[in-house]
Amino acid sequence: MNRKILILIIALFPGCLFAQGFLEGGKVTGNFQLDAQYYNKDSLIGAPDVPEKMLLNGFANILYTQGNFSAGVRYESYQNPMLGFDKRYKGSGFAYRFASYTNDQFEITVGNFYEQFGSGLILRSYEERNLGLDNAFDGIRVRYNPFQGVTVKGLIGEQRYFWEKGPGIVRGADAEFQLNDLIGAMEDSKTRISLGASMVSKYQATEDIIFGYIDTVGYKYVLPENVAAFAGRIGLNRGNFGLNVEYAHKSKDPNADNSFVYRDGQALLLTATYSQKGLGIYLSAKRIDNMAFKSKRTEKGNMLNINYLPALTKQHTYSLAAIYPYATQPNGEMALQGEIVYTIPKGKLLGGKYGTEVKLNFSRANSIDKTNLNDTTGYESSFFKPGDELYFQDINVEIAKKFSKKLKATCTYINLIYNQSVIEGHPNEPDVKANIAIADVTWKFTDKKALRTEIQHLWTKEDDKNWVMGLLEYSIAPAWFFSVSDMYNYGNDVKDKQIHYMNIAAGYSRGTNRIQLSYGKQREGIICVGGVCRQVPASNGFSLSITSSF
Amino acid sequence: MKKIMFTLTILLLSGFVTFTQTPEKKLSKLPSVKVKTLDGKTINTAELSNDGKPFIISFWALWCKPCVKELTAIAEVYEEWQKETGVKIYAVSIDDARSSSRVKPTVDGNNWTYDVLLDANSEFKRAMNVNQIPHMFIVNGKGEIVWQHTSFADGGELEVIEEVRKVLASSKN
Repeated sequence: MNRKILILIIALFPGCLFAQGFLEGGKVTGNFQLDAQYYNKDSLIGAPDVPEKMLLNGFANILYTQGNFSAGVRYESYQNPMLGFDKRYKGSGFAYRFASYTNDQFEITVGNFYEQFGSGLILRSYEERNLGLDNAFDGIRVRYNPFQGVTVKGLIGEQRYFWEKGPGIVRGADAEFQLNDLIGAMEDSKTRISLGASMVSKYQATEDIIFGYIDTVGYKYVLPENVAAFAGRIGLNRGNFGLNVEYAHKSKDPNADNSFVYRDGQALLLTATYSQKGLGIYLSAKRIDNMAFKSKRTEKGNMLNINYLPALTKQHTYSLAAIYPYATQPNGEMALQGEIVYTIPKGKLLGGKYGTEVKLNFSRANSIDKTNLNDTTGYESSFFKPGDELYFQDINVEIAKKFSKKLKATCTYINLIYNQSVIEGHPNEPDVKANIAIADVTWKFTDKKALRTEIQHLWTKEDDKNWVMGLLEYSIAPAWFFSVSDMYNYGNDVKDKQIHYMNIAAGYSRGTNRIQLSYGKQREGIICVGGVCRQVPASNGFSLSITSSF
Repeated sequence: MKKIMFTLTILLLSGFVTFTQTPEKKLSKLPSVKVKTLDGKTINTAELSNDGKPFIISFWALWCKPCVKELTAIAEVYEEWQKETGVKIYAVSIDDARSSSRVKPTVDGNNWTYDVLLDANSEFKRAMNVNQIPHMFIVNGKGEIVWQHTSFADGGELEVIEEVRKVLASSKN
């Protein structure tokens, strides 16, 4: 800790010494966000009694840039953390600080930083403040462009763990080659090819973890202190076609996520696209086997992830469609996704005066084939054979149409199967088979005043049964919005649980300032952003959100 | 330790603030971050330009409904805007590995003609101090950020083009 601060001071000091000349032309920018909620106890929906009554999360980033130099800090405050955020965030302080210098070839960063190699299969650090996720590195990173078309990155760091750091040290290197920039003959080629390779190694000192007793003698795991991971990728583009393939391999890494098996991990991600004006086709497939990779071997959940395993499912944002979201199963999964985006041209049948947009999307995730072995390697798995268990399936259609200058509508239909026992970890619950229909209609009264209505319905015989939802939102561009909504679980078998989740909200934006106030009930559920999900408990009360940047 | 960090930061920042006060209001330029184009080229955001004419940078993502709404609304008038003002739009997608490869088929399928950039780990977003999307910037012909706005409501695009016109008018004065 001390040494890092020293480095930072050394890095910043020249700036202070030569402040007059150096700071001329410098610029301070930043942003700020505050979320607060006042909680009422509501035993019917399961909203707990909050002794503090009000909880608040807030942060501010301050960024200083001057030519090739930049430095920044983020101050975070959780007093106390809002429901749904880990209690270990309690407190305030500078959770992030960095200094960075860039020139034509080099970029050197000391302090905290975020990084991603390829699609992140073996390394990605990022933040999702609204989910309370942050696995920033604290260390040193160098990026180097020796010549056009080559980017090399190297880093070393420990990862953020609430207000502390995880016990592991992560070291990584990545190289990317853009062949068209490198090879003269390919310069004007219509085919663009890029190649990339990366390597990550994690060190964590061994520890005593007892897996069983024989005659009162405890037997401990022999734990690898260094775990290595490699990945290679290729990207190919030619005219309307695109293809991306990335393969990753990880050495034996017994950890809490994989129940301490001594088995290599593998991941393969394939994406192909074809698109032209008015038509886009996307197809992707992946296989993940034993790829949980954290800088603390006993950690479970969302913290200290070194890598990122994207879910191959569409992220739904309408409230009833978001009740059953999917998240990648890092221990093993085979998944497929396909999508067609088509615009029926103006004037054609069904195209109307403005054209009609149609999106068709399909995704499915299965277990991988596993034959259990009675030894420390856990199981055997055939690479190309999917397992029998369905984790998730989603077939959805979205049609968006503008009927006139005043009226437009988007209709969505979703059919999904959701394996509760695997995704939520509630064994013996039946799969949820749900149908969801949504109509989203906007009527513009004037150029800047509009009323938007949403009507949603979810049908299922499982879980909480049927739901209906309605929303009215009135907006005056560019500043104001007012909305009232109700989500009603009318199909619930338990009469007391046929609850109305009413909510009213108003917001005002001006420039980069935005303030939103809402009052109502929030159902217990999962919020997902960018494929990562967080469980939020039920709540009832006022909430306030302010954001600004400068 | 935290105290030391705090004092240090305050000192540094107060130093910056005192020394950066200049009589003229100074406008920010674009930070230098690497992003990718839809065909896989890497480009530096500090070099974004529009031949001396103003341009727009709009942060969006496939999963962000108001963002898609905003870009859809502008797509209808984009040709007119370009004819009138010569403005160009860089639509910066912050979709991560989960959905970034769906961006190109969606953009083409929707008939959008924006210059789309991929910021898959939100580095450009962070450097531009964007908290929530949609978040839009107008950059003048000299590469200075002159206007920004967060959120979108139907009709919000009218304010955007109004601002572009103002930028053009002030550059002529």
